[in-house]
Amino acid sequence: MFSIPTFLESLVPLFWAARYTLLISVAGIALGLVIGTLVCAARLSPSRALRRAGAVWVSFLRGVPLLVQLLVFYYSLPLFGLDVPAMVAAIVTVGICASAYISEIWRGAINALPRGQAEAAVAIGMTPQDVWRRIILPQAFTLSLPALINELILLVKASSLVSVVGILEITRASQAQAATTFRPLEVYLAAACIYLVINLCLAALGRYLEHRTAV
Amino acid sequence: MQASSVEIRNVSKFYGPFQALRDVNLSIPPGKVTCLIGPSGSGKSTLLRCINFLEDYSAGEIRIDGRMIGYEAPGRRMRGRALREMRRSIGMVFQQFNLWPHMTARENVAEGLIRVRGLSRPDAAGRAADALAKVGLADKMDNHPSRLSGGQQQRVAIARAIAMEPRLMLFDEPTSALDPELVGEVLHVMKALAGEGMTMVVVTHEMGFASHVADQVAFMERGELVGVDTPGRILHQPEDPRIQGFLRTYHERNSF
Repeated sequence: MFSIPTFLESLVPLFWAARYTLLISVAGIALGLVIGTLVCAARLSPSRALRRAGAVWVSFLRGVPLLVQLLVFYYSLPLFGLDVPAMVAAIVTVGICASAYISEIWRGAINALPRGQAEAAVAIGMTPQDVWRRIILPQAFTLSLPALINELILLVKASSLVSVVGILEITRASQAQAATTFRPLEVYLAAACIYLVINLCLAALGRYLEHRTAV
Repeated sequence: MQASSVEIRNVSKFYGPFQALRDVNLSIPPGKVTCLIGPSGSGKSTLLRCINFLEDYSAGEIRIDGRMIGYEAPGRRMRGRALREMRRSIGMVFQQFNLWPHMTARENVAEGLIRVRGLSRPDAAGRAADALAKVGLADKMDNHPSRLSGGQQQRVAIARAIAMEPRLMLFDEPTSALDPELVGEVLHVMKALAGEGMTMVVVTHEMGFASHVADQVAFMERGELVGVDTPGRILHQPEDPRIQGFLRTYHERNSF
C-alpha cells in the first residue's frame, strides 16, 4: 500500500536537504562559467599550445564520468596533504566538470555568429577589446542562454552523485530516510518531486531570461 | 568634406597557391565614383577588402592619400592602432549589411561614434539621428534590424558608415542580397552620396548604376584588372573580348 502520509512527511526533510543540492549546482555552474570562459578563450587563442591545452582539458573532463572524477579528486586530496571539506571538494569537482561543457557552449555560440558582425566593427576602427565586449559577447551570451540553462538543470541532477562523499543533499537524504522508514517508494517519489519542482523553476527562469534578451 | 584618393600599385594576393589578385594597378581619384565589375570570383570583392585591409595583400602597395595601408614598409605590418586610425576615415558597406542585431538602428549608428570617435552618448545619439534622417529612416530609428526590410537595413548600414564622416566609402555588392524592388532605395542613397563628392568604390552587378553614376568603371577577370575607363567606353564600346563576353552574358540574362 502506498502511504500518502509517509510521502508527505518525507517531503519536509528532503526539501531541507535541497539547499545543498542548490548550493552545489549554483556554485558549481558559477565556477564552471569562470573556468569555462578561460578554457574557451584558450581554445580560440592564436597560440597553438593554448588551443591544444584547452582541447585536452575538454576531452578529458567530458570523457570521464563525473562520479569517477569526484572519487578521484576526493581521495587524491590527502596525497597532497590537503584537508578539504567534502562540500568544497564537491563544488570544485562539479565546477571543473561543468567548465568543459560550458567552454564548448561558448565556443559554439561564438562560432555561430556570422563573421561579418565582427568585420563591420573592425572596419569602422573598433579595438579588438570593444569588438568582443560590445559585439561578440553580448550576442554569444544570448545565443548560449538556452544551453546554459540546460547545463544548470543537468548539474542539479548530477549533484546527486556527490552523495558518495557524504553530503546530505536530496538523494543522500532520501536514502537515509528510506532506510529508517522502510518506505523507499514514498521517499524516492518525494525526492523525484523535489528535483522536478527545482528544475521546472529553472526552466521557467530560462524562458523568462530568453524572452527578455530576445531581439 | 575632404575626399580621399586611393592608389593601387602592383597588388597581388595569394590564398595558398591560388592567386586571387594579379598585379592590379588602379588609381581612384578623389570625389569620384569607381565601379568594379566582372564575373563572380574575379577578385573585385577581394580588391575592395584590401583597400581597408580587411584582407591583407601579398605584394604591391595600396596608398590612401599617399599613406600605405596595412604595412609600415613592404613586408612590415602596421600596428593595430595605426591601422584603426586609417580605417576610421574609410566607411564600408557589406553585401549582407552586417548590422548588429542586438542594437536598434540608432544604436548601430551611434556605437562607432561612441567607441571610436569618443563622442558622448547624447552627442552620438544626435549624430546617429541625423545620419538616419539622411538615408530616409528618421521614423525607424528605434527598430531593431530584424524589424526592418533588407533595403532599410542596408540604408542603416550606410548611415552607420557615413556618421563616422569618412573620406572614402567602399561598397561590397550593396544590393546583391536585396529583393529587386528594394534595390532602388539603396541606389538612390548612394547616388545622393556620390553627388556630395564622396570618393566611392563600388563592387556591383548593377550595370545601370555603373553606367549612370560611375566616373570610371574597372573590369576584372580572374584576379586581373582587364580594363579601366569611362562607363561609356567600358559598358557601351568595350574593345577587350573578355568584357564583350561578360556584357553579352549580362544582357542575355536580363532580357526576356
